[in-house]
Amino acid sequence: MTLQEQQGEAELIAAILAGETQLYHDLIRPYERPVYLLALSYMKNETDAEDVAQEAFLKAFRHLSSFRADAKFSTWLISIALNEARGRLRRQTASRTESLDKDPDEEGAVSPALLRDWREIPSEAVERGEIRDLLRKAVETLPEIYREVFLLRDVEELNINETAEALNISVSAVKVRLHRARLMLQKYLAPQLKSVTKPKRRWFAWS
Amino acid sequence: MVIECKHVWTYISDYLDGTLSEEIRVTVQKHLEHCELCSAILDSTRNILVLTADDRVFELPVGFSERLHQRLEEELKPKKGS
Repeated sequence: MTLQEQQGEAELIAAILAGETQLYHDLIRPYERPVYLLALSYMKNETDAEDVAQEAFLKAFRHLSSFRADAKFSTWLISIALNEARGRLRRQTASRTESLDKDPDEEGAVSPALLRDWREIPSEAVERGEIRDLLRKAVETLPEIYREVFLLRDVEELNINETAEALNISVSAVKVRLHRARLMLQKYLAPQLKSVTKPKRRWFAWS
Repeated sequence: MVIECKHVWTYISDYLDGTLSEEIRVTVQKHLEHCELCSAILDSTRNILVLTADDRVFELPVGFSERLHQRLEEELKPKKGS
């Protein structure tokens, strides 16, 4: 985001707080996708994710006066969405206990899938439903702490500092988790993508 | 300085982001020039990141935006009596 855009955002927020509430629609438009995707990464189904995203946008509006001007609206909003998703998940799985003493960043190294060569897969390949499903499934199977970092940093293109701030973790934790997430995806996807995109001699399907 | 493949793997993420120190970057670069294995790992990782970040992979559900703004509209309306 440019400084100009950031100033524009600050002005929008000031106007909304001064009573021009309709401007809130414009303020949040650029964040619909990142907020939804983050919610989806937690809730795992579209209906719940949409509900969490809506709640987050409503809460952000209700608490807009507590937004500090020195923070970034995007990271503030994302952390609200994150709390909403986590809170709801906690209520849904109140009985399920997870081990909290294990520091996930201390786990051993992730090894990539070993390949002798790699044939570039062009972006047009995502037009194929089969490829899209494969990519989505790969991201969904990442452990939560890696998935959230990956989605914010690599899919929504927040920078390292913004990602750290939104998730309330350190910059070094973002880097470690991002690295693991990327290698896990490479390990899972490289062999599968290679086999589904392998040029094959076969009968043309005319259907 | 010569490094082993498994050390190169620990630098893949920073290498792709361009955040390695000059010294390590040069070392990794030299390794990649003669190691098919690490080059393929790096190329596939880079390729996979481009593919997963494509807007077409994760899409908003149809009507998401309309439903959201409709729900917000209720909230944004000036409260009666105020």
